[in-house]
Amino acid sequence: MSNEQSVDKDRRNAVVATSVVGGIGTLCTAWPFVNTFAPSEKAKAAGAPVEVDISAVKEGEMIVAEWRGQPVWILKRSPEMMASLTKSKELLADPESKRNPDWTPDYCKNDFRAREDHKELFVCVGICTHLGCSPSGPFTAGANPALLGEEGFVCPCHGSVFDLAGRVWKAKPAPDNLRIPPYKFVSETKLLVGDDGKGA
Amino acid sequence: MAAGKKEPVVVSGLGALDKPASGLLTWVDARFPVMSNWRAHMTEYYAPKNFNFWYFFGSLAMLVLVIQIVTGIFLVMHYKPDADKAFQSVEYIMREVPWGWLIRYMHSTGASMFFIVVYLHMFRGLLYGSYRKPRELVWVFGVMIFLCLMGEAFFGYLLPWGQMSYWGAQVIVNLFGAIPVIGPDLSIWIRGDYVVSDATLNRFFSFHVIAIPLVLLGLVAAHILALHEVGSNNPDGVDINEHKDAKGIPLDGIPFHPYYTIGHDLFAAVVFLIVFSIIVFFAPEMGGYFLESNNFIAADSLKTPPHIAPVWYFTPYYSILRAMVWNFFWIDAKVWGVAGMGASTLIFFFLPWLDRSPVKSIRYRPSLHKYIYAVFVVCFFILGYLGTLPPSPTGQIVSQICMVLYFGFFLGMPWWSRMGQFKPVPDRVTM
Repeated sequence: MSNEQSVDKDRRNAVVATSVVGGIGTLCTAWPFVNTFAPSEKAKAAGAPVEVDISAVKEGEMIVAEWRGQPVWILKRSPEMMASLTKSKELLADPESKRNPDWTPDYCKNDFRAREDHKELFVCVGICTHLGCSPSGPFTAGANPALLGEEGFVCPCHGSVFDLAGRVWKAKPAPDNLRIPPYKFVSETKLLVGDDGKGA
Repeated sequence: MAAGKKEPVVVSGLGALDKPASGLLTWVDARFPVMSNWRAHMTEYYAPKNFNFWYFFGSLAMLVLVIQIVTGIFLVMHYKPDADKAFQSVEYIMREVPWGWLIRYMHSTGASMFFIVVYLHMFRGLLYGSYRKPRELVWVFGVMIFLCLMGEAFFGYLLPWGQMSYWGAQVIVNLFGAIPVIGPDLSIWIRGDYVVSDATLNRFFSFHVIAIPLVLLGLVAAHILALHEVGSNNPDGVDINEHKDAKGIPLDGIPFHPYYTIGHDLFAAVVFLIVFSIIVFFAPEMGGYFLESNNFIAADSLKTPPHIAPVWYFTPYYSILRAMVWNFFWIDAKVWGVAGMGASTLIFFFLPWLDRSPVKSIRYRPSLHKYIYAVFVVCFFILGYLGTLPPSPTGQIVSQICMVLYFGFFLGMPWWSRMGQFKPVPDRVTM
C-alpha cells in the first residue's frame, strides 16, 4: 500500500542529511579511539641510540645489546669466519641485499655487511625477517644440521638460515637479510647503535 | 509474547508439582516477562526426544564459559597487567594466594576443555547436518563464537608473560605484517610499539577481560535465540514439526525442561566435572599440551626459546601456515601462509551452503561420506600433531598433503556430498 504513496522528498532529504552528518560525527569520534592504539610518545622516545662497550668481546664471540626493545647482535668475526662469507655465496637468496636496501646502511653495502674500517665487527638486529623470532647462533660448522656444514644462524621458529653476515639462504621462509641498524664507533671500544651521525 | 492479557502464572515442567505461582512471582511477572520466557525457552521449548551423546556439548560449552568467567574474575583480583610484574604476579597467584593455584589451573584447564567441547560440538553439527536449512544462522553465530574463542585464547595466552606468551604473540602479530602495503604499520598499530611490550600486554588484557567476553556473551545469546526460533535438529536429521498433536506440540518433542536439563545435561555436567577435576588435580599441564614448559620462563625479548609452538587447539591452522612455502603470482609464501591459515578457519562459515547432500544426517548417507569424514578427521589430527613439532622436511610434505585434503573436504563438498547411494530417511525420529 505504501508503494503507491509518493515519497515526501523533504523528509527523505532530511533523513539522508542527518544520516550523513551523524555518520561523519561517528567517524570523527572513532578517530581518537583508533589512534590510542598507535605507539605512545614514550614508546617512540625509547628508540634513542644505545652505547655499547665492546672492549671485552673476544674474537669469535658475540654479545647481545638491546636497542628499541630488540636484540642487537655484535659479533667479532675471526679470520676463518670472514673467509666463510665469500665461500658460500651461491647458497644466498639476496647476497647484495637488494630486495630491501633500506635495511642495509650504505656504509655496510659490501661483502661483509659491516663498516670497512671494522669489517670483522658484525652488527645487526637479531630478529628474523619472517615472523620476528630471534635466530639462534652463531653455530660453528657442523653444529646445526640445518646449516649443512656451514657456519651461521638458524631461526628456531620456522627454520630460516642466515650466514655470518645475516644474509638469508635460498628457499627459506624469511624473505630478507637481517636488518643492520645505523651504528658508528665513538671510540675503538665504544659503539653507538641507532645513530650513524647522519640523523638516522 | 506481546503484553496485554496475561495468562495465569503456573510454574510448570515438574508434573505433579505444578502449582499456581506465589504472589511475588505474579507481581514480577506483571512487570517483567519472566514466565513467558521461561516457557518459551525451557518448559515449552520442545526438543527432539532422540538426542544422544553428541548433544551434551552445547550445554557443556555453557558450563565451561561460566567456569572461565568466574575463575577469570578471581584471577584479575591478583594479576597485574604490567610487563615488569605480570610473570611474578602469576607466580604469586600460584604460590602465595590461598587456593590461587586451584583457580589458575581451573582457568588454564578450562581454556583447553573449552576447545575440546567446542570441537566436539562442531563435529556433531557436521555429523547430523545441523547447519542445514533452516539452521544456517545458528551455525554462522556458532562459527563467530568459535573465532571469538580463538581471539580470547590468544589474548589470554600473552598475560602470564612467559617465553611462549611473548614469542607466540610476536609471531602472530607479525602475521599481520605480511599483508601487502599496510602490513608493517598494521602490526605496529596492533602492538602499540615496535616490539611486543607493556603496551601490547595492557591492550591484550583489556581485550581478554572486557571486549571479547562481552561480544562472546552477545553471540551466545544470538546462537540460542536463533536455535530456539527454528528448533533443534536431531541425530536422524528429520523435522519434528511435521507431526504435531492437536495442541500443536511436536509428537517427537519433549519439553527441554525438565527432560533435558535434569535428565540429560545435569548428567553430562557431572561426568564432565569429574574429568575436569582429574585434569586440574593430577595433570594440569597435560604433558606440555595445556601449559607449555617454556612458559614457566619469564619473557625475554632478546632470546627466542629453541622450540616454539602454539597451544594444541591452534596447531592444525599453524601447520597450514607453515605448509605454504610456494610463491604464487609474485606474492610471497609468507602472505599465502597467512591467507591459508585465515581461510582454514573462515571456511567453516560456508559449510551450510557447501553441503548439498539430499539428507542431513550421516545415518542415511552413503558409506563414501563416512570415509570422507574419517579422512578429514585424520587430517585434522595429523595437522594438529605436526603443528606441535619443530619444522622438518618430512613434516612439511605430510602437512602439505593434509592441507590439500583439508581444503578439498570443504571445496569438493558441493560435489561429493551428492554422490553415492543414500538410504531412505524415516518419517519420524528413531530411538
